[in-house]
This record gives sequence, C-alpha cells and structure tokens, in this order.
Amino acid sequence: MVGAQIGSSARRVGGHDRVTGAQKFVADLRLDEMLYVKLVSLDCARARLLGIDASEALAVPGVVAVVSAEDLPQPVARFGPVYRDRPVLAVRETKYHGEPVVAVIAETIEAAELAASLVEIRHEELRAVFTVDAALNPSSPLVQEPELRPNDPLASTNVLRERHYGWGNVDAANAELVVENSYSFPMVTHFAIEPVGCIVAPQGQGLDVWSPVQHPYQLQRILADLFEMPLARMRVFAPDPGGSFGGKQNPKFEPLLCFLALQTKRPVRLVLTLEETFQAMRRTSAEIHVRSGFRNDGTLLFQDIESNYLIGAYVDIAERVVSKSNYLACGPYRTPAARIRARAILSHTTPSCAFRGFGTPQINWAVESQMDEAARRLGLDGLSIRQRNLANFGEEIIPGDVPADGVWSESLEMAATAIGWAEPLAPGRGRGIAVGIKPGATSGLSYSTVRLLFDGSALVYAGTSDMGQGARTIFAQIVADEISVELERVTVVMGDTATVPFDLQTSASRSTVFMGNAIVRACHEIQTQLRKMAADLFDVSESDVAIEKGRISVLDQELSAAELLTRSFGRLRGELIGNGVMRQDDVSDHPLGGSPSFYEFNCTAFEVEVDRDTGEILVVKHVSVSDVGRALNPLQVEMQDEGAAIMGLGHSLMEQIILDSTGRIRNLGALDYRIPTTKDVPLNLHSFIVENGDGPGPYGSKGVAEGGLLCTAPALASAVAAAAGVVIRDLPLTSERVWQVMQGSSDKSPSRVFGTRTGKVQALEVHLPQV
Amino acid sequence: MPEEMAVEMIVNGEKEILNVPVSRFLLDVLRDELGLTGTKECCTVGECGACTVVINGRSFNSCLILAVEADGSEVTTIEGLAPAGELSPLQDAFIKYGAVQCGFCIPGMVISAQQLLDDNPSPTVEEVREGLSGNLCRCGGYNRMFEAILSVSKETS
Repeated sequence: MVGAQIGSSARRVGGHDRVTGAQKFVADLRLDEMLYVKLVSLDCARARLLGIDASEALAVPGVVAVVSAEDLPQPVARFGPVYRDRPVLAVRETKYHGEPVVAVIAETIEAAELAASLVEIRHEELRAVFTVDAALNPSSPLVQEPELRPNDPLASTNVLRERHYGWGNVDAANAELVVENSYSFPMVTHFAIEPVGCIVAPQGQGLDVWSPVQHPYQLQRILADLFEMPLARMRVFAPDPGGSFGGKQNPKFEPLLCFLALQTKRPVRLVLTLEETFQAMRRTSAEIHVRSGFRNDGTLLFQDIESNYLIGAYVDIAERVVSKSNYLACGPYRTPAARIRARAILSHTTPSCAFRGFGTPQINWAVESQMDEAARRLGLDGLSIRQRNLANFGEEIIPGDVPADGVWSESLEMAATAIGWAEPLAPGRGRGIAVGIKPGATSGLSYSTVRLLFDGSALVYAGTSDMGQGARTIFAQIVADEISVELERVTVVMGDTATVPFDLQTSASRSTVFMGNAIVRACHEIQTQLRKMAADLFDVSESDVAIEKGRISVLDQELSAAELLTRSFGRLRGELIGNGVMRQDDVSDHPLGGSPSFYEFNCTAFEVEVDRDTGEILVVKHVSVSDVGRALNPLQVEMQDEGAAIMGLGHSLMEQIILDSTGRIRNLGALDYRIPTTKDVPLNLHSFIVENGDGPGPYGSKGVAEGGLLCTAPALASAVAAAAGVVIRDLPLTSERVWQVMQGSSDKSPSRVFGTRTGKVQALEVHLPQV
Repeated sequence: MPEEMAVEMIVNGEKEILNVPVSRFLLDVLRDELGLTGTKECCTVGECGACTVVINGRSFNSCLILAVEADGSEVTTIEGLAPAGELSPLQDAFIKYGAVQCGFCIPGMVISAQQLLDDNPSPTVEEVREGLSGNLCRCGGYNRMFEAILSVSKETS
C-alpha cells in the first residue's frame, strides 16, 4: 500500500537535532561519578612485554588504577565476532602499532592523560611482518600463536584462511587474448568524524553499555558471553554513530571497559583520539594477480584470480570481508570459467575490519581494470566491452546461485549518456567507465514492533543503528503510509536492547530490506486488528471492512484509525500492537552460508584532465548510477550514493596509511592523512537512480549506500589512462605517482598523449617523490 | 603563572564567569563546564573543523584556543544560532537540501557557513568551497552543503 510518503524525499527524521547540536553522541553523555580512561601503547609495531612500572602514574592525584593484562582475570579474556583472538589488553607481546597495553583510570581526563604519559612499559622490540611477501615467507615470525588456532592446518603459517571458488575449465578456455597483471590497494582508514568511544556503568547485577555500535545485539551477546551474564542483564544503549562505515560494527574496547567498570564499581568512559582511532581499525589492503581471457570480439572467457588480502594482527570480521567479496570477484558478467583463490593473511598491523564495500572495492579495482586493459588491447572501448559481457536480468553470474536481479544495462547506458561517452573530447581529457557489484546480506533476522497509539500517532521500534544512512526516515515513511499517520506523528525508537526487539545487525546495506520488511509486516498486523475492531464495532463481517492507506471504510461510513480506536476503547484508551519479522536462514552448504538477498549494482563514469607538469588529476565530471530497485526516499538515496562516490574518490586519489621500515604508521591523524575536502570534490558530481521495483525489500527496494564506491577507482584510472596515456595499477593515484609513471612511460608509446616537456624542469623537481 | 584564571565571556548572549585552568582549551570549557556539547571534538589539531565556534565575529577551531585567550570575548556556538526549538534559515536549508547525514560534522559546518555568509552575504560557489575547506565531512559529497548555503545567500533570498 503505497501512499504519500514512500517515494517522496521526506524531510530527514532526526535532522533537527543534528543541525542544532542537540543530538547526543556518546562523547556528549555524562554520568554521575564517571571515571575517565586513557590507554597506553608502544610506539612500535611489535614488542615483547617485559614489565610495567606504574609507580609515577599512580602518584598523580586523581588516578584510581593502572591496569595491565596481569591485573585482569587469568587467562586474559579474548573476543571477536568470529574468532575469539583479540585479548582485552596485550598479553606477553604487542602485535600492532598502537595495541593497548595499559589502561589508566582517573577522576578526570587530564589526570588520566598525565598518568598515562608516566607509565613505563619495559619492552623489547621484535621483528614485525607487515607486507604480503613478508607474511608469506616461511622464515618470518608467526603473527598469532599456533595454540590460538587449534586443529587448523594453517596455524603454522600466517595465512588465516584460504578460499577457493570456481567453475568451468579455465585451462581449457581457448582465449584469443590473455591479459595478466598485478594490482594493489593500500590500507585506508575509515575516518568517521566521530572518534571511537564507549561508556560502561555497573547496574545492579549487570552492566549498562553505551556504544555507537552498528550491531548492538552482537555486542550484547559477546559481552554477555565474556562476563557470563544473562542477556537480560547486559543492556546496550547505542547512541546514533557519528559516522561508522563499518568501523563500528564489531566490539573493540567495550570488553575492557566492562572489566574496568566491574573493578572500580563506577561508570567508566573511554573516548579515543583520532590518532588512536586510526590505530583501531582500517580497510583491508590487497595485492591481487589476475589472468583474464577474452575472444577478439571482447567476449570474456575466463578469470583466474589470486587475491591476497593483508588483514591485521587480530581477525575481527576481516576473513568474511575476503571470502564474501571474492565470491563475487568476477563481477556482474557472464563468466564461463573462473578460478579464484583468496587468502586472508595475518600481519603485525592494525586489525582490519568491515569498511563500506566490504572487500569489493579491492577486488573490483583489479578485475575492472582488466576489462579496460583488454578493451585497449582489442581496440574496443570501456563501454562496449562491458555491454558485451554484462549479465542480463535473470542470467546467472555464478552457476547455481541467484541470477542477475536487475536490468544492469540501464545503469550503464544512463552513466554513459550522463558522462557524454559518445561526445567529442577536449584535448588532454579522457573518460572512463566501470561497474561494480556487491552481495547483499546472506542471512539475517530483524524484528520490529509498531504501536498505534490511542490518538492515532505511532511508535516504531527497530534495532537498527542510524549512523547517517537515514534509516529512521525510511522506517517512519513506511509506517506513515502503511497505517496512515502523518510523518511528524511517527516516532522511531532505536538503540536500547532493553526496549527494542532484536535485530541481527546494521550492515551490508540491509536495513531497508530486512527491517523495512519487518516493519511492513508489523503494520499489516495492525491493519488486521483494525479490521477486526471495525467489524466488531459495526457488527459486520470482516470482509465488509475496507482499509486503504489507513482509512477504514465500513458500511457507508469512513473513519480514521484514531476515530476507530476512540470509539472502540472508550475511556479505557488503549492501543494496537503489531509485530513483524524478516528472517533469512543460513544455508549450510553455500560457500557464504547463504545466497545474497540482493545485489548492489553501480556504474561510475569519469571525465578527467591530467596536469602534465604535476600529475594532478582534475576531475571534470563524476557520475554515479545505482540500481536501487525502488528509491523510498530519492533525496536520501542520492545523499548516500554521493557520499559513497566521494569516499571512493578519496581512496582512489589520495588516501593511504603509510608504514615506516619497522611497521609503524607514519601518517597518524588529520594533518598527515588526507580525505577529500570541499576543494577536492568535483562540483560536477551527479548521482542517478535506476528503479525497476525488482528488489526484495518493501515496494521492490534493494540496499543502497555502498554501490557508489565499488568501482570508483577503476573508472577513474581508466579515464586517466585515456587522458594521459599511462596505466596505473597501484592505488592511490596521487599526483606523485601519476607524474612518476608519466615520466617512465615511453615517448614512443602510441597511447602516450603528452609529448616531451620543455622548460619546466624547475617545477618538476619540486614534485619528485619523496619515497 | 597561576594554575587557574578567571575568564569572562559572553557565550550565546549569556555572560559566563569561570575559573579555568590556564592550559584548558575553549572546546573543553564549552563542552564540559558549560554543557554546550553541540560543539564537537574530533582531530584536536585544527584540521577537521568539528569544533568551530565564532569568537568576536570570526570563526575559530576551539580545540586550538585556550579558554583564557577568549577572556572578554563574545562566543557563539551552534546552540546560539537560533532560539530553542527553532531553526535558522541556514539550519533549515541544511536539512532541506540533504546536507545532513550522521550529523557529527554539522554543527561546525553550519557555524563556519553562517560566519561565511555574515562576512560575504552573496558568495560564489568557489567562495563557499574555500570558506568550508577547513571543515571535514565523511558522509556526504559536500555539494549539498554548497547548495544549502547558496540557497540562503543574499543573491537568492
């Protein structure tokens, strides 16, 4: 039942408090008697811990305790969303730059910071591994102790897990062209503007936890397990995250804070600095080698892929990042044969975790760049080679799995038109186009309760986290239409495990589909109750009652839900309660534990100019087209898509964590790590939406929000290749890198656009790379 | 040097007299002592702009200003842009044009934008870009902020 709200760009629910500063993020909360925590770590990638001298720190007025692993219950608790490998504080050795060794607790943050600077950690620096090559070298140290990995044949290596997918016969494909290349994608940090933080307070026999976490119920489970408490005593409040992008999916410091709250019997608060946040999470870096076979007409015959993803010292959710993204490594194409080997490799680096796109931008960078390489070699263009191979609606992309669930060619054509693909190009400019596909959630469980109150206003309960994607607005729009309430009279309640029913998680662009369907079903229950109520009141059969957009028609009368409630309940008042659920179970014999509930498809196109003197890429136009099934709120869809596009531009153009020769991060913090600013974004950025109502969510919707960065890098690199005649296979495409490659490319190369340069030697020297 | 000093400021039109440690930043005094948590803390090195406030008609990163430096000043934070429960035209435009996602950068962004408009009521898009270049947002694409600001500039209103 689609009414006035669905499909409209309804005003953002929660927007008012965000522009007035009234919105409370976790760092804005203050509890009585609250203590402050500061963590102490070592300025090296890996070290053996020899002892801790806290005497000076303990002498600082206001310091309550200095806690290291030895002060915690033994053996020190370990946790993680899949692998229970991360200790609450470092045990015996630190395994990455910034791993917390000591927690200082004090009455004020100033005292905690001062005392933390006085803690002496005696240690011996050890050799660290922080590249794929080093991690795979049998003579390198092991990142994780083999006893942490019982019954694991790979436990004596740094390979955590190796996945194999494939079909057809790669070796028998009679390709007329084989292109073979290696690609790299660097470590990137999430850089949510809200740093990581949490508060824990003892509460009776349990604990209250405030964390801007994407998965409040997963956090509740992990903490309840660790502290052997019933779920009902572990209450998680999840204030809206101030940006997350995957970084706040899984627990990081909440277990430690629970220990500290239990030890001090007082509320404890930890808010990291941005630098510390950089050391707590990152995107998985990757080195990917691909052999791709084609016929001379551009038809794809096979993909032979070896993906090496460098994860951190502890697994977090990173193995799933590797396995899920590489399952769809071949992209949205008809691929007759494929051989995919994907490895998650441990290293002495920041634990990598979920990050918008969930591993797809890395693999897609390689595989989409191969399409362009083939096109260049075959004299085709980037658009036509993709049109030739793109799966049609209903065609399989992986044998036996969910076929193409969108008319993806529409997105391609829309992007090509918007970028002016067929139009003449100004000299020195180039265009590029690429596509990307990401698997949606493979299983899930979302409950919602909707209460239609006596006055006709409504409450909807959803365990989703609204971290900027605008879930509150979408949920309110659904309720507004399904039970005919003005949007302003719907309140969305989130972020408290003691009042809101279970939701598995907020990830993989799932909430509109999973929670959205649960809410629609809860509204249907209310409609059923309204029908029965009207039938009883007018003494007619239920089939004589019609409900449309929440208006109830019975006999020749029409009344609103509020009028019906008033007449039926009288002075007792009362309300109607509807419950809804969406459940998609695991499938035990599926490589991912289940088929994707939908595919997120995007096509991105660029027109660029490259400054021949500096290597700077000037983005003339950036187009992103996402197939979203149905845009329940077109403005919000565009906001998400543009945000993803610019985040993608960041990792394509400028972002990378840089390590020194010992594995320490050299560019911690906002001064040395650049993300796009107002001056970096193209004014000519356009987001377009393809809507065919072919998704599994309410009204035919699919997930949104990750598509816009899946293929930014290959589209941009393709445009740079066209403009400057240089093919670059390592990200980011910094001015230094582009310039350097331009210097190295042969003047005889027919694809070289810029000829010899003269008279600019002085300027060029300034731009010589430093590394 | 004394450890604490008395500081007198007009904050959002209200006179405030406080004893503050001389090493304490204005950001912390606003948030922790005056409860004005709309001003946000992120990078603490003056790069992200989440802590932007207006001091005597100029925008500053309050993470870089000692509270004692603001003695005798007039300070405007996000809470001072409109009466409680109401929105300034700029705040309203931020919502209307889809400039607000997670919202963490928004108070600093709005404050910077308002000061930009106060200084230059009819900015060009390039001037808006320049004016907001000290404020980082990670959710959006900035362009909708430009649209929101230009919609309330003198040229268009």
